[in-house]
Formats: sequence, structure tokens, C-alpha cells
Amino acid sequence: MKYTEEHEWLRVEGDLVVVGITDYAAQQLGDVVFVELPEVEAQVAKGDEVCVIESVKAASDILAPVDGEIVEVNEALVDNPGLVNEDATGEAWFFKMKIDDAGVLDAFMDEDEYKDFIT
Amino acid sequence: MRCAIEARQCRTGAGMTEPKQLVLRDLHAELGARFVPFAGWEMPVQYAAGVMAEHLHCRTAAALFDVSHMGQLVLRGAEADRALEALVPADLLALPEGRQRYGLLTTEAGGILDDLMVLRLGDALHLVVNAARVAVDLQHLRAGLPADVTLEHERDRALLALQGPGAGEVMAALLPGVAGMRFMDAALFEWQGAGLRLTRSGYTGEDGFEISVPRMSAESLARVLLAQPGVAPAGLGARDSLRLEAGLPLWGQDMDEGVSPAEAGLAWAIGKARRADGARPGGFPGAQRVLDELASGPARRRVGLLPEGRAPMRAGVELFAAEDDAAPVGRIGSGGFAPSLDRPVATAILPIHLCGTGTRVYGALRGRRLPLAVAALPFRPAGYRKGS
Repeated sequence: MKYTEEHEWLRVEGDLVVVGITDYAAQQLGDVVFVELPEVEAQVAKGDEVCVIESVKAASDILAPVDGEIVEVNEALVDNPGLVNEDATGEAWFFKMKIDDAGVLDAFMDEDEYKDFIT
Repeated sequence: MRCAIEARQCRTGAGMTEPKQLVLRDLHAELGARFVPFAGWEMPVQYAAGVMAEHLHCRTAAALFDVSHMGQLVLRGAEADRALEALVPADLLALPEGRQRYGLLTTEAGGILDDLMVLRLGDALHLVVNAARVAVDLQHLRAGLPADVTLEHERDRALLALQGPGAGEVMAALLPGVAGMRFMDAALFEWQGAGLRLTRSGYTGEDGFEISVPRMSAESLARVLLAQPGVAPAGLGARDSLRLEAGLPLWGQDMDEGVSPAEAGLAWAIGKARRADGARPGGFPGAQRVLDELASGPARRRVGLLPEGRAPMRAGVELFAAEDDAAPVGRIGSGGFAPSLDRPVATAILPIHLCGTGTRVYGALRGRRLPLAVAALPFRPAGYRKGS
């Protein structure tokens, strides 16, 4: 698993990258009450706001970690936004992206580096 | 992930003076509080349980809030009540001993300088005012009160709020005398040598108490309250969602100097004796406009709004009468997720022709126009302990 400075995790699944937010981010956010997902087949560029997460107290965005195409979104989050608090790094993935070059993920933090980053 | 709210706090935090620290700061930290700067204070926004759980706990049991940031003021003098009536359009002469009343400080233009609680105990009137307005209120009161009325800012007292359907039982276990208190009663108690000033009121829509306690006794009182069965701490986040569900306005969001009492839906806070046909009509700043609006009705008014979707719409979201209108008709004053209703809710001041229940307006959110329906306030009925 790789981690971004925006507290997203990235997991390679075949030629796809699965994206979610870290346990730390979910904890900081508090109770998530609303999730808005991107359109499937949308072409996104690194840094684009692709998801909206609203907790009881704040609104946040998930930024696209890399350039690519959204190929699948986790509709379960729309009906049950609280999943983000229950299982941020597992069932509460947000979207899957198809990227041209898996090598771009090398630039992101590994788990130890992310742990250092948040402490 | 990028958090919009945190970014805003960073910006407003820059260049500000150091926030004041609550006397219970260490206790909050021990309870897992996360702190935010608010109105010049570093305040616990939530504890380990989180806003949702704290909110729901307050609705079902009892929640303890530290609201020591609020300003506690005391007026003393032979005719302090009459003097304060020159600034507050409430019937203060008729405020009985041991009773509290909600009131407004009005501006010359008929706007709202601040909202406050006034209670009478012995020879004193005690005021509780918004933290962000303490300095403004003090200046306004000093300028408007005669020399023989003294004004004191009680910086040596903390203010706790115990709120929820379980609050009465918890409080009575410590102070049996509170059992006879009803909504908006005020009384003095002695607890372990400390003088407590209690009111049966709050800002959550629940039964409960606000407890003014000397700073040096605040921690021991808070610890004893937290040790009672059913009591859990709650932060500013839950306080905000609770008061929003209860339809209670927040100065600075739902009203300010540019909003009149009638526009804010607070005409009821103008005492009968102070109205055009009352015993002491007018005689407060902005009386002409305020009383005219009571007679003829305001051109706009604060209403509840229910977003039709699940997306929360927060303070500042612009509102439109039609999906493709260019000019907004207002903006959301308070808005967010309502845990007890499991849905987003909001309030706004809208032109009177849009204030009918069920009227549809549109909020501009992330480049789209999303529908909301006008709804009656409060969103949730209050659980106050009324009756004689």
C-alpha cells in the first residue's frame, strides 16, 4: 500500500489503483454522513477534486492522486457513509483508477514513511 | 484528502493573538478532546466519542459542556432593571426574583448587537453574553448605563452546562434543591464551599442546567458530574448541531447588526410591556423600526430548510428562488447534519413570500443548484421542564 500527503491510500489491483482515505484521516474527519463519488469513465488529472466527504462538522475533498480514468466507484458509501469510519482501509474504498504507468506510484510514501508523516 | 474547514481555521488563526485557555483545559485533554480556536478561546470541539455520539448522548442521557468562554456580567444598582431596559427590549421590571429571560441588545438601526440571558438574583442582574461579543457588549453597556449602575465582568467564574433528559436527576443527586426548579428558573446553591449559580436552561433544546462556578471549584465540580451515571462530555461540535435542531439562532450566523428581531424570528423576545400598546412602549435603541416591524411584519424572516438530498448545506451557501435565477434571495445562516433527525438541516433568512412551509428554494453547492424545502422551526420539539 502507498500513501499520499493528502492522507489517501493507494493499492494496486492488477492494472488498477484502488483509492481510499487512511484510518488517521477518517478519525480526524469524525462521523462521515455524506459521500459524493465521481462519474465512472471520468478522465481526471492529479489534484482534481474527485470526491466529496462530509462529516458532521466539516466538508472535505478527495483529490485524484495521479492522472487516469475512473473505472469503478464504491456505491456502498453513498448508502452507508459511516463505512468510512468503520473500515477506512478496507471496505470503504472510494474509487478505482486505470493508470498508464504503475511506476508513478513509486513516488508515494510507504507505510513507515506515512506513519512518520502523521506523527 | 483536503479539509475545507481546517484550511479556513488556519487562515483565520494566522495573525490572531494567542487564544485564551479554559480553566478545565487539562481535563478536556485528559478526556481526549480535540481543540479548535473559537471566539478567542481554545475550545474542545469534540472528545473521543465524536460529535455524533455526543449529540445523541445529550438527547438520551446527559452531556456536560464547558461553556466558560461565554461572558458572565453582573449589573448592580437601585434601578439596574430599568436602566437595562434602555438597551434591551424585554420586560425586565417584571422579571421576578429567581427567573431568567432571553433578551437582545439592539442597535440604533434596529439590528441585533448581541443576544443574551438576563436573570435576577437578589440585588443583581446577571447577564450571559456571547464570547465573541463580550468586548462590544461591555462597551455598549458602559456607554448606555447610568453611573449608579455598576457593571462587572466575572472573569473568575467558569460556566458548565449539563444538558439532556437525565440532567435533572444527576443535578438533584448533587443539589437536592434543584428538583423544584423549572425551565428558566435561577437559584444560588452552595456545593463543597463554593457558591454556584444555576439556571434551568441551555442551548440544546433539552432540559438541563447552566452552572456558574468559581474557577477554582470548576474542575472538582466537572469531575463529580462526569462521574455520575449517564453523564458524558460533549464539545462545541455537538452543541452546534443540538442548537441547530432545536431551531436556536447563533449570533454572527443567524443574526447580526444587520438583522432585526422580527427578521431573526425573535419577535417573542420583545416584552409585551415594551411594545407599541404596552405599559412602557419603546425606549430602546432602534425601537421605531423594531416596533413598526412587529406591527406590519418584516420583509424577510428566518426559516428552517430541509435539503431534499443527503448533502449537508452549511453556512454561507447562496440560495435562489428558482433553479436558474442569477440573483440570490439569501444565504444559509446555519446548516449541517442533524444527528437526531439523520438528515441535513439548515436555516436562512428569506424574503417573506418564500417563507411558507414547503416552499422550494435552491442552494448553490459545488456548481449545482440543489433543492431545499422551507420548514417550521424547531426541527425537533424541545424537552424543557415547563409547568408550575
